[in-house]
Amino acid sequence: MSWLLPLLIATPAAGALILAFWPRNRADRDAPMAGLVVSAVAFGLSVVVALASGTEAGFQLEQERVWIEPLDVSWHVGIDGISSPLVLLTTLLGALCMASLLRGGGPRCGGERALVAMLLLLETGVIGTFLALDLVLFFVFFELVLVPMWFVIAWWGDPHDEPGRRRAASVFLLLTVIGSAVMLAGFLLVYGYAGTFDVVELAERGGEGIPATAQVVAALAIGLGLAVKTPMWPLHIWLPDAHAKAPTVGSVLLAGVLLKMGTYGLVRVWLPVVPDGARDVAPYLAVFAVIGIVYGALACLAQTDLKRLVAYSSVGHMGFILLGISTLTPAGINGALFANIAHGVITGLLFFLAGALKDRYETAEMAMLGRGLYGRSPRLAGVLAVAAVASLGLPGLAGFWGEMLTLLAAFDPIAELPRATYLVCMAVAGVGAVLTAVYFVAVLRQVCQGEPAPSGASSTAAAPSVASVVSAEATRYELVVWAPLVVLTVLFGLAPGLLLGVIDPSVVAMFGGGA
Amino acid sequence: MNGGVQPIDWLAITPPLALALGAIAVLMADGFLVRWRAWSPSGLSVAAILVAGVAVAVLAGDARDVFCVELSSAGAPVVCSYAVDTVSIAVWVVVLVGTLVVTLLSSSGAIDARVPLPEHHFLLLCSASGAMALAASRDLITLLISLEVVSLPAFAMAGLKRGDRRSAEAALKFFLVSVVSAAVMLLGISFVYGATGAVHLESVRAALDAGVDAEPVAVAGVMLTLVGLGFKVAAVPFHAWVPDVYVGAPVPVAAYLSVVSKAAGFVGLIIVLGLGFTPYSWAWGPAVGVLAALTMTVGNVLALRQRNAVRLLAWSSVAQSGFILAPLAVVGEVGDLAVRASLGYLLIYAVVNLGAFAVVAMMVRDRPAGQLADYAGLLRREPWAGVGLAFALLCLAGLPPGVIGLFAKLVAFQAVVEGGMGWLVAVMAANVAIGLAYYLRWTVVILSPSGEEEARPVVHPAVGAAVGGTLTLAVGLSLLPAAVFNVLG
Repeated sequence: MSWLLPLLIATPAAGALILAFWPRNRADRDAPMAGLVVSAVAFGLSVVVALASGTEAGFQLEQERVWIEPLDVSWHVGIDGISSPLVLLTTLLGALCMASLLRGGGPRCGGERALVAMLLLLETGVIGTFLALDLVLFFVFFELVLVPMWFVIAWWGDPHDEPGRRRAASVFLLLTVIGSAVMLAGFLLVYGYAGTFDVVELAERGGEGIPATAQVVAALAIGLGLAVKTPMWPLHIWLPDAHAKAPTVGSVLLAGVLLKMGTYGLVRVWLPVVPDGARDVAPYLAVFAVIGIVYGALACLAQTDLKRLVAYSSVGHMGFILLGISTLTPAGINGALFANIAHGVITGLLFFLAGALKDRYETAEMAMLGRGLYGRSPRLAGVLAVAAVASLGLPGLAGFWGEMLTLLAAFDPIAELPRATYLVCMAVAGVGAVLTAVYFVAVLRQVCQGEPAPSGASSTAAAPSVASVVSAEATRYELVVWAPLVVLTVLFGLAPGLLLGVIDPSVVAMFGGGA
Repeated sequence: MNGGVQPIDWLAITPPLALALGAIAVLMADGFLVRWRAWSPSGLSVAAILVAGVAVAVLAGDARDVFCVELSSAGAPVVCSYAVDTVSIAVWVVVLVGTLVVTLLSSSGAIDARVPLPEHHFLLLCSASGAMALAASRDLITLLISLEVVSLPAFAMAGLKRGDRRSAEAALKFFLVSVVSAAVMLLGISFVYGATGAVHLESVRAALDAGVDAEPVAVAGVMLTLVGLGFKVAAVPFHAWVPDVYVGAPVPVAAYLSVVSKAAGFVGLIIVLGLGFTPYSWAWGPAVGVLAALTMTVGNVLALRQRNAVRLLAWSSVAQSGFILAPLAVVGEVGDLAVRASLGYLLIYAVVNLGAFAVVAMMVRDRPAGQLADYAGLLRREPWAGVGLAFALLCLAGLPPGVIGLFAKLVAFQAVVEGGMGWLVAVMAANVAIGLAYYLRWTVVILSPSGEEEARPVVHPAVGAAVGGTLTLAVGLSLLPAAVFNVLG
């Protein structure tokens, strides 16, 4: 069974390679279908993998081979309850993105073959990151994502703003690369003392053999690289532009899975490998996380563009996840991982919706979208309402549990951490949660409710007037694409145990005793 | 020394010797052979390189010492001038692969028609034989002479384009820099000899370890030697000659300078710092660190502004030199790890940079201006060349799918991190990001449509082989990076 994981990683990569050799005259036409088939196979495989790995603690389906002996680097992959939900999320969102490309959801500038190949390559990198159990292998997959994402934003991004999308893509790339170079330095520092890159072995040792100062330096370096990716305030500056300028599929994958690589890295590498360093850095992480929550909420209040608003809301949500991790308790980490998945599902859905609106009205400015979406396109507005209230953390939907668990955990962090700080953080984060509710309600008011009316005076000649958009309603095909995300939002909201039951055993096994 | 005739290990000296004999054969054949065909010079060169390659393959894994002397003082150890070890084998591989690719690129019809082919190939093999000898030299005199054997033919090659004033100017500039650096280095060596009384690196190291009376002289000698080698590897601030020479010279010569001649300079540095001057690492370590930081930063920042392909590669090669230098700054602390990192980076850089130059050499036939904009649509016109160049650029940038470039960066970082030079790590991290900016910009041009549909260019078979070979090598190494590091032990 150990061949399952390599097969899962290789599937999208093979798809990309096959597309590269597809006959040129029909490549662009066939590409979305081929992409859908490949990503559906990958999704099927990941379901098999998830079922095969079960809910037991510890790594399943492991495969280990020496890759570069002189450097002590091995090909070591494995899956556990922490990574399997993320792998499923990745392949699910990947398949949905391909499905949306198949019928008009894609950008209109052509080059579908290259776009699909890039998305498949990106999927390879993300899956690999979630499965890698060797620091260098993790790093290679972590970096593999960057170039495809750069192309997706820079080439197929906002068609009205070429310099803008290029800049957004480059800022994303440069910041992430600096971050990951620093992270690599942290990995190498760990290796210098521990003599191995193997994550499992390093986690078992729990930082033994790495002196305290080196642990703090390594924790800072590794944490910095992952915090850029997550992103943590104030390193989030690449995020709003990258999301706003990316095409719909790019935004969905960026928010849905790429950001998770940062938080996953914190749980998989940062906490277990340099635990003492992490303990010293954690209170600062908590403070930055909470600033991010409030900042994200306030920034959202000031946004007029729906895509940017959703992007800023991600900063806030990732703040909750970071706060959960920074408590170093199993409850906090459970909450963080739950919120991770919930954010992927909900924000993925929100970006699908924002993208659908932008395709119809050529803009995502809320003033230009006009009011009364409930009246004009009830189904689209209905899904938007569900996603928005889920994102603001309404109990009964998926967004609620993650935030609640992290707040609870912040009330009771592990004994070594300064509890007073965390109490303040918890209180401030609570205020942030309320602000989140305010801005999503404001969105619903502004876009969905009210009388359908021609868009405001600010409407320019370039954008089609609201009345002229004939097919404002969501098509049945779109609803089918979005349906899995809506179902998951409700399902995880009503039965969080489904997800926590998978995550919890691994978290407790890893962090329960020592924390 | 006990006079008499020294026994010579002929197999051990075959690699440089084969190239030198090949050079003479090319020259002789050109003078006396009647039925001399256009492809003959390249054919002879390739044959010589293959002979040397076979010898290297036979020697791989061996450790041999040649030209050894017993110093006069009783009980002193035997020291040798020429050694076959992992360092020499690794550099031989770089030099042979580099020379082979350059030979292919300089085939008749592939290189600028104003270059006289037999002379060009003669000079190429001469210079390469110097680089081979340099890799194995273990005393300062042999080292200096080999280095000059590398440089003298090189600037003749740079100026060999008949009737091209820019080419002649480049050659003159290169000549002056080269001579000055040789003089400075010679001065440094004489200081070191004066202070330690030895030229064999092993003895120099022993003497420095034991402590010398004239320590300031020894330190000055070490630093001056360093400056001389700094010119050869084009480290900032000794880099000013690079862009003009690269642009003025025919493209294959630029490729040669950026890979083989540069490798020679680096192996000189590695040998001198790693074997001879190690006890004084407190003096030169920080200096090399500063040089590395300056080199990568200045190279990258200037590369950002280039619109010409060869100029961009020239500055990028300056920047890459900084990364090869960086591990050498901590040779004193981490020893072999740093040598391995530097050599590994050099090997990988050589392969991918040759790949980039091969495609540039192919392009320059149809579009002599060589602007970056000329590469628009390359992927559609000539898919394999487009893929080859894009892959080489990603490797140079160090981002997957150019995995091998990532590992080059990884070993460089590893040595510097272990050496504890934190500030240099930060500079390197920032430079990885700057480098990305221009490598990616060029990659985008290659992948983007050109607008105009044009016929596929006719590709010279030798150039095609060079492009294909380097691409295969780069992709193969990306899948199995272990191959590089196994060579280095």
